[in-house]
Parts: sequence; C-alpha cells; structure tokens
Amino acid sequence: MQLRNKQDFWSGVMFTLFGLGFAWKATSYSMGTAARMGPGYFPHWLGIIMAVLGAVILLGSLRPNAEKTEVARFDFKILAIIISAIVLFGLMLRPMGLIFSLFSLVTIASFASHEHNWKVTGANACFLTLLCWLAFVKGLKLVFPIWPAFLGLN
Amino acid sequence: MDLFNNLMMGFGVAFTPENLTYALLGCLLGTLVGVLPGLGPVPTIAMLLPITYVLPPIAGLIMLAGIYYGAQYGGSTTAILVNLPGETSSVVTTLDGHAMAKNGRAGAALSIAGLASFFAGSVATLLLAAFAPPLAEVAFKFGPAEYFSLMVLGLVGAVVLASGSLIKAICMILLGLLLGMVGTDVNSGVARFDFGVPELQDGLDFAIVAMGVFGFAEIMSNLELRENRTEIASKIGSLYPNKQEFKEAWPAVIRGTALGSMLGILPGGGAVLSSFASYTLEKKVSRNPERFGKGHPAGVAGPEAANNAGAQTSFIPLLTLGIPSNAVMALMVGAMTIHNIQPGPQVMTSHPQLFWGLIASMWIGNLMLVVLNLPLVGIWVKLLKVPYKILFPAILVFCTIGVYSLNYNTFDIMTTSCFGIIGYVWAKLKCEGAPLLLGLVLGPLMEENFRRALLLSRGNYGTFLERPLSASLLGVAALLVVIVALPSIKKKREQAFVEE
Repeated sequence: MQLRNKQDFWSGVMFTLFGLGFAWKATSYSMGTAARMGPGYFPHWLGIIMAVLGAVILLGSLRPNAEKTEVARFDFKILAIIISAIVLFGLMLRPMGLIFSLFSLVTIASFASHEHNWKVTGANACFLTLLCWLAFVKGLKLVFPIWPAFLGLN
Repeated sequence: MDLFNNLMMGFGVAFTPENLTYALLGCLLGTLVGVLPGLGPVPTIAMLLPITYVLPPIAGLIMLAGIYYGAQYGGSTTAILVNLPGETSSVVTTLDGHAMAKNGRAGAALSIAGLASFFAGSVATLLLAAFAPPLAEVAFKFGPAEYFSLMVLGLVGAVVLASGSLIKAICMILLGLLLGMVGTDVNSGVARFDFGVPELQDGLDFAIVAMGVFGFAEIMSNLELRENRTEIASKIGSLYPNKQEFKEAWPAVIRGTALGSMLGILPGGGAVLSSFASYTLEKKVSRNPERFGKGHPAGVAGPEAANNAGAQTSFIPLLTLGIPSNAVMALMVGAMTIHNIQPGPQVMTSHPQLFWGLIASMWIGNLMLVVLNLPLVGIWVKLLKVPYKILFPAILVFCTIGVYSLNYNTFDIMTTSCFGIIGYVWAKLKCEGAPLLLGLVLGPLMEENFRRALLLSRGNYGTFLERPLSASLLGVAALLVVIVALPSIKKKREQAFVEE
C-alpha cells in the first residue's frame, strides 16, 4: 500500500489522537446523564466524534485513487529562531524589563530573514523599542517592568 | 420613523470627537494592514484587543470595525498598483485592476474601486440598520435548543462556503470547540483539561490562539517564501474615470452591492466569497466577457463593491444573533465580552448607544476611507516598499506585548508560542485556522445551550428535531453538507476557488 495523500494522512492522525486524548481525559470528570450532564459529557462525545472523523480522513488518504499531496518541508531554522526569540522575551520580561527584552526579541528574530543585515536590525530594534515605550508605556499607560529588576528603577 | 431616530442617535454617538478619532485610527490602521502584504486584519485585531480594555466599549468596537473594512480598501490599492492582493478579498481585483494600471489607467481604477466600495458600504450600512431589529425580534423567540441548532448551522455554513477540504474544516471546528472547553466548567465548577496549571483555569483566551495561529505561524510561513518584489506601476494618472469607464462600472457596482450584501449575511460569507462571486457574475452577464482580465472596469467595480458590502453585512448575524460568521467577527465577540457585553439580540435594547453608534460610525468610516485612499494614495504606495525583514519583527513585538497585556502574565506568551508551532504544522497540513477560531469562541456557548436544552427536555435528544424552528435550522445545515459533498458540486466548488 502506498501513501498518496500525505497531508490528509497526517491530519487524520492528528485529529484522531487529539480526539481520543480529549475523550479519554474527559472520562476523569463526572459524566452525568443526558438530562443532568456532568462536566465530562459534552467534551467526551465531541472528542469521540472528532476521532471518528479523523479516522475517516486517515482512511480516505490511503485509498489508491486519493489525491496526491506532499507535506512541504519544515524550515526548522526559522521555527527555532522565531519561537526561541518569543520564549526568551517571555522569560526576560519580568527580571530584565521591557527595554532589554524588546531589544533581544527584535535582534534574535531578525536572524530568521534570509536577508539579515546588522545595521538594519539595530536600527529597527531601536525604533521599535522607542515606539513601544512611547505608545504603550507613555500613551496607553500599560504597566510594564521597564528596567531590569535589580536596578530598582521601576 | 424609528429607523431614522435611531440612526440620528447613532450619529450623535459617532460624532463625538473621541469616537471620530478612534474611527479614523481604525481606518488608518486598517488601510495600513490592507496595504502591507503578509499582515491581515485577523492578527491586527487580535493584537489590539487587549488595548481596547482601556478604551470605552463603543470606542474600542468602532476602532476594530474600522480596521476590518479599512483593510478592504487598502487591499485593493496594492492589488491595482502592484498586482499583490493585500487581502484575500482583493485577489480578484488584481485581474482587471492591475491590467487597467498597465494600460495607464491606474488612477481611474483606484477611483472606481474607492467609490464602488463607498457606495456599497453606505447601502450595506442602511441594510444593517433596517434588517437588524426585525432579525433580533426573531432571535428573542429562541430557546436553548434553537440556539444550539443555530450555532450548528452557523459553524457548518462557515466551512461549507470556505475553500479547502470540508471534513478537515469540520475537524478544526471540533478541535476549536474542545479547546473552548479548557478551563472551569460554569455549571459544576470543575476545572477541565487544565493539567493542574492554574493559568489555564480561566480558559484559553482566543486572542492567544489567534495570535499564535494567525500571527506567529503566518510570520514563519511568510519567511519561508523568499519574496520577489514586483515593480510598482509608476504612473497613477488621472483619478477621474472617463465616460466609457463610468458607464461600464456603475451597473456592476449595483450588482456587486446586492450580491455582497446577501452573501455577507450568510455564515462564512463576508468579504472573500462576495468578491469571487461578483467577478464570476460580472463575467456571466457581460456582453463581451473576453475583455475581462484585460482591464475591464466592471471587473474592478463589481468585486470591490461586493467585498465591502459583504464586510459590512457580516456584522448582521453578530449583532442580532450573537453568532460570528468569520474569524474577524469571532474576534469582535471577544472584544464585546471583554467589556461584559454578551453579543446577541439584547445588545440593541440594553446598549442602544453602542449598537447604533457602531452602525453610524461605519458610514462615517467609509467616507473617511474614500478621503484617505484617493488623494493620499502616494503615501500608501511608499509604505509598500517597507521590506518584510523590517515588518515582521514589528508584528512579533506588537503580538507579544498584546499577549502580555491580556493578563500581565508571561505564561500567556509561552502558550501563544506553542500555538505558533501548532499553527505552523497546520499550515503544512493545509488545515485552516479560521474554523478553529469560530469553534473556540462558540464552544462554551454551545455547550451551555446543549446542556440546557437537554435539561428542559429531560434528556430527550428528540427535542432538537421536535421543535420546528430548531429542526429547520438543523435541516438546512444537513442539506448544506449533503449538497457540498455531492461529487458534481464538489468539483465545481473546487474550480470556483482555483479559477482566478
């Protein structure tokens, strides 16, 4: 048997697994009856319906006359750079303050572009940090830690 | 003249300096994201949602609505000048709009697009004002069973009319509904699917999911495409359409407005579908269809009128029934709930200022957009030259700040980045994010009505089919699925979305 519709195959796998996961987890809450439903009832059956539909997609992708599709290659470099830039921003914000966190976010994320350029990145980081400070801190008065916590300036 | 009085009250609200400012701000932002390829109204509205916390509800909604219809205008500018649709709804405008630009009629094409949009927007605003109250009357008669069935119809309709695989879209809805279950169950107080994380007990904020899937994931997908900058049509030329162009455009504007207004009301309708449908219609009724694609004014006027009318009337189901018909409307539901306004028929009676003020502001906004877009077109064109390498860090920055300011919580930033990864995988698997968002917003509401309906019927599932209104809503939903699943129509539907 040859796998023709790879997009649908993996989508089917995903929906089935998610469906079963939700349905199984829902059984740990009280189910109740149709007239007096517990918290587990609705998600349990939704999960089962989704798992069934997922299985239908999965089986459909295995048919010999299924449409032929490929899953496009993952660009792990871009994925890693962007996600780590965001996560680092989240980790830095409280201890290091907004200014440094924004700077790091823009600087790291810029590496994901295939036309990365230090000068542009630096200027962009300065501009965006200033803009955010003006718009969110001064303008909208949102409460952020601005400078690193150990400086005691906030 | 109740309608007249109400509209007057609405204009009274919309004409305060504060609300005018926010309408202008929304229109400017909307035009901006419309012009910039790679940034659409969904992530923009998601980014700005937390900011509306600090605004009065009416000002916030006016601004967010402005972004949505402003993006329709901005998208067409780039479509005409650079052959790059800023928004999906202006994809068809590239065909004849850019051809007109190549013939040296760029200015005329821009005016036709702008004026067609303005005309359609004005008509659709009036329709909204006229039809919303009677529809809301009907909605008051709804019990929980009817509401549940209505939501089923809304969700089914939303995917039936969208492109792509039907069954995958239905699965995305179900997944959205399930993600909507995360958090404390209102009836029993039990925290569900929280995995012991206290931050999840309040539920997954849909702004987080929206920014992850539409913001972060889209950035990653866009970065993969090495952009090729096309040359901008250098000469805009006269802004005035000549007599011949005018004569060919105006019937198309009227047809487009009518078609767009109708399709906008349908669940899943709105701007995108309307513009495609209008282009097809114009080609059908034209006496010389071979001129389409080579710069026929009707090919610009029809779709542009239709997409703006559709964008406007898609507010009808939201404001009268509380059912969002597309991803942007789902975010509007969120904006309303932030301010403790439950979208639905009661909005009109409990917050008449908000309801009529929002409608009036749409008309004002449309007027502002014509002014913004025609004389200032040169400025927007300059913005087009902003390369993506500068743009995407800015989107990242605004998204992360937006997420953090939801609850002043860094945990939310981590959750959003998870949805960024998942959204990237979904993009590779061709699973669409919009149905998921609709499911997520409607999930808790749907469960509540489902439970209440069965409580009232003492556990009898027949209640959904015994009540005539509920049965007919479910019947229509089933019919839609069957029709679309029929092989002959399935083929046509695929063609309709491929044909450009």
